[in-house]
Amino acid sequence: MKLIFERGGSGRTMQYLPEGDTPKAVLPAHLLRQQPARLPEVTEIEVGRHYAELAKQVFGVVSGFYPLGSCTMKYNPRINERVASLPGFAAIHPLQKDAEGCRGVLELAEKLLCEITGMDAMTFQPSAGAHGELLGLMLIKKYHEQNGALHRKKIIIPDAAHGTNPASASMADFDVINVPSDENGCMDMDAFEKVLGADVAGLMLTNPNTLGLFDPNVLAITEKVHACGGLCYYDGANLNAIMGHVRPGDMGFDVVHLNLHKTFSTPHGGGGPGSGPVGCKEFLKDYMPGSALMGNHPDRSVGQVRAFHGNFGVVVRALTYILTLGADGIREASQTAVLNANYLMHKIKEDFPVAYDHPCMHEFVLTLEQLKAENGVSAMDVAKGLIDHGMHPPTMYFPLIVHEALMVEPTETESREALDEAAKAFHAVRLQADNDPESLHNAPVSTPIGRPDDVAAARDPILRYTFPE
Amino acid sequence: MGNYLPSTPDERQAMLEAIGYTEFSQLFADVPESVLLTEPLAIPNGLSELEVLNKMQSLADQNTVYQLILRGAGAYDHYIPAIVSSVTSREEFQTAYTPYQAEISQGVLQSIFEYQTMICELTGMDVSNASVYDGASAAAEAALMCVDRRRKKVVVAGNAHPDVVATIRTYCWARGLPFEVVPARDGLLDADSVRTASTDAACVYFQQPNFLGLIEDAPTIVEAAHTAGAKAIMGVNPIALGLLKSPGECGADIAVGEGQPLGLPLSYGGPYLGFMACKKQMMRSLPGRIAGETKDKQGRRAYVLTLQAREQHIRREKAGSNLCTNQALCAMAVAVYLGAMGSKGLAQAAQLSHNNARYFADQLTNIPGYALVHDAPFFHEFLTSSPISPEKLEQALAQKGILSGLPVGENILWCVTEKATRALLDQAISIIREVHAQ
Repeated sequence: MKLIFERGGSGRTMQYLPEGDTPKAVLPAHLLRQQPARLPEVTEIEVGRHYAELAKQVFGVVSGFYPLGSCTMKYNPRINERVASLPGFAAIHPLQKDAEGCRGVLELAEKLLCEITGMDAMTFQPSAGAHGELLGLMLIKKYHEQNGALHRKKIIIPDAAHGTNPASASMADFDVINVPSDENGCMDMDAFEKVLGADVAGLMLTNPNTLGLFDPNVLAITEKVHACGGLCYYDGANLNAIMGHVRPGDMGFDVVHLNLHKTFSTPHGGGGPGSGPVGCKEFLKDYMPGSALMGNHPDRSVGQVRAFHGNFGVVVRALTYILTLGADGIREASQTAVLNANYLMHKIKEDFPVAYDHPCMHEFVLTLEQLKAENGVSAMDVAKGLIDHGMHPPTMYFPLIVHEALMVEPTETESREALDEAAKAFHAVRLQADNDPESLHNAPVSTPIGRPDDVAAARDPILRYTFPE
Repeated sequence: MGNYLPSTPDERQAMLEAIGYTEFSQLFADVPESVLLTEPLAIPNGLSELEVLNKMQSLADQNTVYQLILRGAGAYDHYIPAIVSSVTSREEFQTAYTPYQAEISQGVLQSIFEYQTMICELTGMDVSNASVYDGASAAAEAALMCVDRRRKKVVVAGNAHPDVVATIRTYCWARGLPFEVVPARDGLLDADSVRTASTDAACVYFQQPNFLGLIEDAPTIVEAAHTAGAKAIMGVNPIALGLLKSPGECGADIAVGEGQPLGLPLSYGGPYLGFMACKKQMMRSLPGRIAGETKDKQGRRAYVLTLQAREQHIRREKAGSNLCTNQALCAMAVAVYLGAMGSKGLAQAAQLSHNNARYFADQLTNIPGYALVHDAPFFHEFLTSSPISPEKLEQALAQKGILSGLPVGENILWCVTEKATRALLDQAISIIREVHAQ
């Protein structure tokens, strides 16, 4: 595949702008750039064909089954895109006052998402889940600061948590206390109780956790954190399992973040833009962020984590989705996500053992430790083998506590036939692993490239195109 | 109503029974009964697609869409060629996840690699990441890159965008880092104050053009930071880089900025993207996703996400940043924009914006009571005094479909881009004259 810089030719250009009808103004020479940026010299058809070629080498939800665990790759409704591109939303300046409709979108989205999560207020400033985590931890920090309790430095995080949890806690200058999981894959309650104390700032919990298991001790966990003076943070990465069935706010959580690009159907875009709104209980509301330029901070605000109102266009899409589904549809979506996960788990666990064999929520984790020991076939090999069956592989090697892990999240927008087909693909790869394990080391074979050399990429990084001299 | 579930209720019941259950409630057996919802959520009933479109359209109709926008202050109304949304609305690009599986993600990875190259060219830097949330968070992440055991203080120019200053301040407060604002004098930074503030600082962040639209003497500011032993982070308007010295030419260590002017709609403040690029020496502390070139076993050129040892999913609490999801599709929009416009088109957008801004400033300051607050060169934004309340002027212009400059205290911060024409600007001027005649 040619790079865009390898297409076109010197002097090729398009005329998108007029000559202009105001006098040419000249800036002092010492302010001007000496070396023009070397940008592509192409015409529009070359740009169009270039991206058409690239689009052939991308796998989206629209391309096929996409059970990427923890990422909730559900269908992204097309109407959401049309609504977000309405000029009444897309052409609105963030600092214009007559934007009643934009404020209406944010207010309605806040009201509905508070109802879904059991929170009292929500901000849309954070632009992704990790951004929301950071802001949520800032709220907790501010709360302790205001209460003269800055000695509370510990954030308790289960070892099954996403890597962003401890990384976010570090960014907010907390000490991370990792708590191991027990034999059932949930928080080890003995280990948990040992780390409780007057130095605990809070807890970050993903529930259901990254193993797809709902921690049955959740009420005892949040109660004990509160009893020692800490606050409870709900990582909403897995909210798709429980919407309309149980609410973080009712389980004792004080702060939550959501991933609108997972749970609320907005597209992932190859890695963003997302939106990671943060909700909180009434007593933390005064710490929520605002914009310095707009002067709309609450009294004791933490400040702000980006400019303006956040990824507004993503919120428009999510609101469109919530209004489409309604209360029943939201509940049914979660229920079906859980059903689909259990159904698929049931069909493939004979071929690949489940790490914690228990009814799951919206996702489940396989362990290929034994397969690797016996056949030399790794989680990576199986994932790459599945590509040759026309599906996107599950998440690999996560959570870290499971050896040779594959994390499978089918989502609710898959039909029974799609799940049956996926189960057949898993079965076929299992047979291949038993009969011809060597061949899996070379998978995938149906793709434009084979496995790339990651080690060489990191050893001598080539991070940009080099123009011929 | 619409729920996007492909299976029917009967099929779902059959699936439930196929795995040994009778009731859906059995799937939620681990949830404590005391917190299980027994009532439906207080959310309206679902709607058909036509109804939801009408509902959302009615919200959109409550906003005013202006025919001319004379307001910038961090969000800029530039022309976006049709090819941009045509490419980014391709469903494969929209619905893909972060390209973890390189073999089926070469399209996304290559587009990131091309974006990185364009950002390096634009900024004159060696290495770019795949984008971050917006210009303000890019500036905050850049500040954190510079902090080490020895130097912890972060210095920020007081004439940078207030949201950027506040975002850096907030990140520093969270991390427990000292933070200092260097005030500007007559709208511009002064090298001596920068040097003094930087003596024990990790870095200095300043903006080009600054919040007031003025062009700083960037090489001198960078030199002042370096003399004091601090790194220089330069926040830049990317359209202005069609004309102005690049951060690389100014000697900056890190370049960041708000990428929205490069092909993204205003969209009430987002989604936008922050671009981030640095010198090679700082490559391994650059946060976020980075695409790199390598080969597969057969020697074919291939792209992967690389330098992952920096990232949160590997290093957890020891990671320098928690960044993962960025603004990939916005970065693709930027790449399409820069590819289609080319170097000449970008320079033209910059030159026309500058011409129009200077023309409008000249016409406006011919009206008694309107004067430039500062006399330094500006790019496409400038601050004027106003003999009447900015709000009154705002109303008068709004009635004719023109969004006025942003009221900043008693003054007004105007912005003019290539989308304006002489006729539109003359119309704005005559409206302003009329307000005075009243």
